[in-house]
Amino acid sequence: MKITEEQVRYVADLANLRLTPEEVSRMARDMESILGHIDKLNELDTAGVPAMAQVLFDASETATLRADMERPTLPNEAALANAPQPGGGFFKVPKVIER
Amino acid sequence: MDIAKLTIDGIRSGLKAKAFSARELCDAALAFAGAENPKTNAYLMLSEARARAAADAVDAKLARGEDAGLLAGVPVAVKDVIVTKGVRTTCGSRLLEKFVPPYDATAVERLEAAGGVVIGKANCDEFAMGSSNENSAFGPVRNPVDLERVPGGSSGGSAAVVAQGTAVVSLGSDTGGSIRQPASFCGVVGVTPTYGRVSRYGLVAFASSLDHIGPFGRNVRDTAALLEAIAGRDEMDATSAFAPVPRYAEAMTGDVRGMKIGLPKEYFAGLASETGDLILRGVEALKKLGCEIKEVSLPATEWAISCYYIICTAEASSNLARYDGVKYTLRSEDSGTLAAMYRNTRGDGFGAECKRRIMLGTYVLSHGYYDAYYLKAQRVRTLISRDFQNAFGEVDALVTPVSPFPAFKLGEKLDDPLAMYLSDIYTITGDLAGIPCMSVPCGTASSGLPVGMQILTNHFQEAAMFRLAEAFERNGGVDAA
Repeated sequence: MKITEEQVRYVADLANLRLTPEEVSRMARDMESILGHIDKLNELDTAGVPAMAQVLFDASETATLRADMERPTLPNEAALANAPQPGGGFFKVPKVIER
Repeated sequence: MDIAKLTIDGIRSGLKAKAFSARELCDAALAFAGAENPKTNAYLMLSEARARAAADAVDAKLARGEDAGLLAGVPVAVKDVIVTKGVRTTCGSRLLEKFVPPYDATAVERLEAAGGVVIGKANCDEFAMGSSNENSAFGPVRNPVDLERVPGGSSGGSAAVVAQGTAVVSLGSDTGGSIRQPASFCGVVGVTPTYGRVSRYGLVAFASSLDHIGPFGRNVRDTAALLEAIAGRDEMDATSAFAPVPRYAEAMTGDVRGMKIGLPKEYFAGLASETGDLILRGVEALKKLGCEIKEVSLPATEWAISCYYIICTAEASSNLARYDGVKYTLRSEDSGTLAAMYRNTRGDGFGAECKRRIMLGTYVLSHGYYDAYYLKAQRVRTLISRDFQNAFGEVDALVTPVSPFPAFKLGEKLDDPLAMYLSDIYTITGDLAGIPCMSVPCGTASSGLPVGMQILTNHFQEAAMFRLAEAFERNGGVDAA
């Protein structure tokens, strides 16, 4: 399988990841070799085999439910303590919607 | 006391005999760790204040004549992907270089409740992605056995501190072998428990269907004690298991007569190496202890690497989406737009291996590829899991190598990510099936490098796994043969 630099840039865009031109060409080579190996899975017939989303869960369906009771959560100040730009009790970001 | 060789049992009797206090032990451990760390870079930081407070609490309990817990006074290192309230947790990443978590992971909370003393945070591959600890943004860890070699990864720091003696036990995390492989490379014991046995609340997520927290120690008993302290249902992690936690110490009787051990033929085919010979000598030792040995087959093994690297990268690309410059400390230049802020922050913050896995994961999950990759891999995962269930219908435990080779040199495999991925073959299957597995020292190669033997048992059969490993260790390991 061939992975082009154009494909790499498209996927990087989906992943919100800035890559330098050098990283793009290196990534194309690495992805091609790894996906080339991974593609061997196509040789295996898995028709009729169920997909495993959860490897193990031994409890009943409702076992993880609890009473819906009010209880303390992380205080606003603690939640914002690591924010690069807090303000007014919120996470500030560049403007998204123009007025 | 010889701090580098202390065991949990030794600490318990030392405290009881008043040979030292928990505070004295803590201070000695911190001083030793501070002095030795420049050799290996295994600690990213020491948590002096927190450690001293925990040690003082143990001493106060002992002074009142109370039970100070299973881990009373024991110096513990915690892998830096496990959050510690008020103590910086970086995940080995520039992105989280200044991140100070507002809460404790359940495993940390529990080990402290059992009297454990967290003395520092252990270096690791960035976001636990890697097999050599060379992907840490804060420099690689060196293997204490041979400083020119890697300690393995991704929990390289957690293995190295235990081998070096700068912690008695440690916590690591394992998604595809990140506890067992470094344990094997550094000559210590490393345990990956059953999926869900230990709460992941506070473990920074890498691949959620595969992530585990588990212990390292210099002997089997110590890992069993640490696991016992942290295991069990936690309301904060819906995937944590309800099964009661046994008293593992009671299982380690030394008697393994009649235990049925399977050797998966797929794991030994083509293993014509010193590593293979050592594992087979280990198997001979188990036979001498009264185990019955038989060959079994796990035919889906050849598909495991592909299956694993689809699932883990897909889940990683999703889990790492949260590092976007909004919530966690690092934010890059934004050119006035939200999109540029996301892209630049992630481009600046993530190292090469994280970028590679985010890209692979995004690719396999992208439009039109889901069925061909992720869904296909989940079907293959069912086959791999069925293989183990079939094998455990015939035997009590499986014995295999941990890694195809002992610790390699720093830099030796950095340029070939596929080769690095392929070396995970013996460890990823246990994670895919969610079964408990561990690495126990099995002699040294002629180079002087340690080799680990992997033991795997069925879901929640940690007690049987510990019994076998401890009997092996107690009888001299590979030399009992």
